[in-house]
Amino acid sequence: MKQHSAMKPTNFPLKTITVMAIILSVIGIMTTAFKARVSPGGNPESSKMKRDSLASVQAFMDVYKVLMSPRCMNCHPAGEAPLQGDDSHIHIMNVQRGKDGTGLYSAKCSNCHQPTNVPGEHTPPGNPKWQLPPGDMKMVFQGKTARQLAMQIMDYNQNGHKNKEQLLEHAHDTLVKAAWNMGEGRTPPPLTHEEFVAAWNKWIETGGYAPAE
Amino acid sequence: MITLNVNQKSYKVDVDPNMPLLWVIRDVIGLTGTKYGCGVAQCGACVVHLDGEAVRSCVTKVSRAEGKKIVTIEGLSQHNDHPLQRAWQEIDVPQCGYCHSGQLMSAAVLLRENPNPTDKDIDAAMAGNICRCGTYLRIRKAIHLAAEMQRKGK
Repeated sequence: MKQHSAMKPTNFPLKTITVMAIILSVIGIMTTAFKARVSPGGNPESSKMKRDSLASVQAFMDVYKVLMSPRCMNCHPAGEAPLQGDDSHIHIMNVQRGKDGTGLYSAKCSNCHQPTNVPGEHTPPGNPKWQLPPGDMKMVFQGKTARQLAMQIMDYNQNGHKNKEQLLEHAHDTLVKAAWNMGEGRTPPPLTHEEFVAAWNKWIETGGYAPAE
Repeated sequence: MITLNVNQKSYKVDVDPNMPLLWVIRDVIGLTGTKYGCGVAQCGACVVHLDGEAVRSCVTKVSRAEGKKIVTIEGLSQHNDHPLQRAWQEIDVPQCGYCHSGQLMSAAVLLRENPNPTDKDIDAAMAGNICRCGTYLRIRKAIHLAAEMQRKGK
C-alpha cells in the first residue's frame, strides 16, 4: 500500500488531467444544450439565470402534476378528440380538433363553450380562447413522461414557438388560468395557480432541466 | 336596450344582457322555429347561426350576439328552399320534427364549409345534434342529397 501510494505523485497529474478534461467537455456540451433549451428562440447569453439542475427538476415535478391533471391534459390529448371530465373520457358529440384547433364545421368549440362558464354542474366551461392546440403543433400532454413533456415544452419547435419570456408569460394566459375556474363539478389541478406559477418560473429560471427517465 | 340583427332585420329588445339568446328569439321576438331541448348545450335543438357559426342559443347570452348577424331557421332561406330544406322534404326526414330546425342549421354550416361531405364529415358535424326519434340515417341521406343539389346548382 505504501509503495502504491508512493507511486501516485508520478501518475496523478496525467490521469487527473485526462479525466477532468473529459468531465469538463461533457459538462460544457450539456450546459450549451440546456441553455439553448431554456431560451428557445431567444438569445441564451442574455439570460441571467442561476442554474440549478436539482431545483429545476424538483420544480418541474410540481409543474408536471398540474399539466397532467384533467384540467390541463383534457385539452392536450394524444388523439384528435378533446377529453372530458375528471376521468378524461373522450369528449361526447364526436368533437374533433380541426386544422386550427377550434373544432370542425358545426362542432366548433365556441359554439357551446361561451366566453364564461355556464352555471350548473357539468355544463360547458367557458373562456374566450377555448380551443385545442392546432393540428400542425398538437402539444400533446396525454401519455407523456415527465422527461418527454419537459423536453417538449422547452423545444421552440414543439411548444407553439415560445421563447423563454413567452413561456414565463404563458403561465398567466387566460386559457391556462381557466384550469382553476372550470365551473361546478370539476376537480381543480393539485396546486393553486400561484403555486403553479412559482414552480413554473423556478423550473425555467433554474435551467429548464428535464427529469431523468 | 340591446339591438339585435335577426334574419337581416333589426330588433331593439329591453332584456337582461345575461338572458339566453334562445329566450329572446322565442319569447321576446317571437320566432318560435328554434326549439328548447336541454338548456345546457347538449342536444342541439336550439342551434342558430351567429356570424355564420352554429351556436347553441340556450347557453349563449344575448350580450354575445349584440352587433352580430343572427340567422334562425326562419331565415335560412327566403322561401324554405335551401337545398337542405328541399332534401329534407324529399326524403321526408323528420318524425316528430322537434330537433330538425337545429339539425338543419348545423347541416347548413357543414355544407357551406364542405360542399361534398363524406359520411365521416357528416358524423363530425352532426353528432352533437340529438334526435330522439333516431332519424340519423335519413339525416345523413338528406345531407348527401342537398350537397348534390348544391353542387349541381339546383
